[in-house]
Amino acid sequence: MHMLTIPAAGGETDGGFWATAAPIIPHPIEFFFSLAVFAILFWVVAKKVVPRLEQVYAERSAAIEGGMARAEEAQAEAKAALESYNAQLQDARGEGNKIREDARAQGAQIVAEMRAQAQAEAARIVDTAQKQIEAERQSAVVSLRTEVGRLSTDLASRIVGESLQDEVRQKGIVERFLAELEAGDIRPERVGGDL
Amino acid sequence: MSIAALGMEGGGDGFVAPDASIFWEPVIGSGATAITRPVILLVISAALVAWFLLATTKRRALVPGKGQMMTESVYGLVRNSIAKDIIGSHDFMRFVPLLFTMFLLILVNNLFGVIPPFNYPTMSRIGFPVALALTVWVIFHIVGMKKHGFIGYWKSLVPSGLPKPMIPAIFVLELITDLFTRPVTLGLRLFGNMFAGHILMALFISGGWYMLQAGGILPVAGVVTWAFAIIMTLFELLVEFLQAYVFTLLSALYIAGAVADSH
Repeated sequence: MHMLTIPAAGGETDGGFWATAAPIIPHPIEFFFSLAVFAILFWVVAKKVVPRLEQVYAERSAAIEGGMARAEEAQAEAKAALESYNAQLQDARGEGNKIREDARAQGAQIVAEMRAQAQAEAARIVDTAQKQIEAERQSAVVSLRTEVGRLSTDLASRIVGESLQDEVRQKGIVERFLAELEAGDIRPERVGGDL
Repeated sequence: MSIAALGMEGGGDGFVAPDASIFWEPVIGSGATAITRPVILLVISAALVAWFLLATTKRRALVPGKGQMMTESVYGLVRNSIAKDIIGSHDFMRFVPLLFTMFLLILVNNLFGVIPPFNYPTMSRIGFPVALALTVWVIFHIVGMKKHGFIGYWKSLVPSGLPKPMIPAIFVLELITDLFTRPVTLGLRLFGNMFAGHILMALFISGGWYMLQAGGILPVAGVVTWAFAIIMTLFELLVEFLQAYVFTLLSALYIAGAVADSH
């Protein structure tokens, strides 16, 4: 145990003052070395150790935060994709509706057009038919007039026994007769006595 | 001193209780210019700390190994629990190297008090803690004056919102605290704890040794004394850590006070 030997040895041989000095008095060399050693260690720590440790800290928090950021990013991306799908779906739905509306409108328009066309066609057909009927009636009247004229003259000539073959006279008579008939001057008279 | 009295009763050449002179261990030279054993211990401790820090931060793994983990946990303690919490997240970073160096240097030198073959707490020599306390004192004055300006710094010592008649008295009190109490208590606290702890352990161990060699039933007391010395050693370990922590914590507090926006 040198601790026990020191007081005796140090006290006698080695400059008595520092061995027995009050422990509150700083030893100059110790004071100086404390400053110097602290300064050197401080320099090492400040220049090398702390920057390295801070770098590790920064990298680690970056790694953690980066992971979180990536996860957030992925989530945001998924959300954006969902939103865009929803928007597209909405668009498609809207477009479908629009197409359906258009189709309905177009259909209605087509039906209306067709109806108008059909009515026009029907009107045209009716018109044509009427015209045809009129024309046929006209021709029937003409041919009837000729036929009736001929028949009645034949009949009349037979009855009268007189030949009324002369064209002009015959025509004049028939015409006159028909005119009277149309004017309503001639009444059908009972020919036979039994009716 | 009862143990010394017992020792005398036990016979032999008498027990001399260890006193302050056990701390005087010159290695090279003598007197005021001697390179003493604590100086060498300080240099060894600084070399150890520097080597350990550089070696464990060399690879800078994101998933740290054992050494890096140790360095990081101590660094985290000083950086986050001391510097950041006390100085505030705005400008704590520029004081982290200072506080980290302070903590490690004091801690390792304190632990030297119970670690063989050093068995000497460097900080039990007043020259060392006084130099460190002075460093802190100078630094917190410089940063305070940089922040508030020379006049502004002295003005910032007095808390705002005091009634006018009280200002001079408070200023004098704060001035004494700032210039004298803080550095002296900072240095003396560390010195006193290490000095007392070491001398107490020296007393227990040397006393026990003396009694073990003595006759009669004294060796039994010697065994008990050594058992106590072991308990004291564990206690000393706690004190050594605490003193390093307290020194760093108070340094951070003084710096925080100096750079704070207002008292």
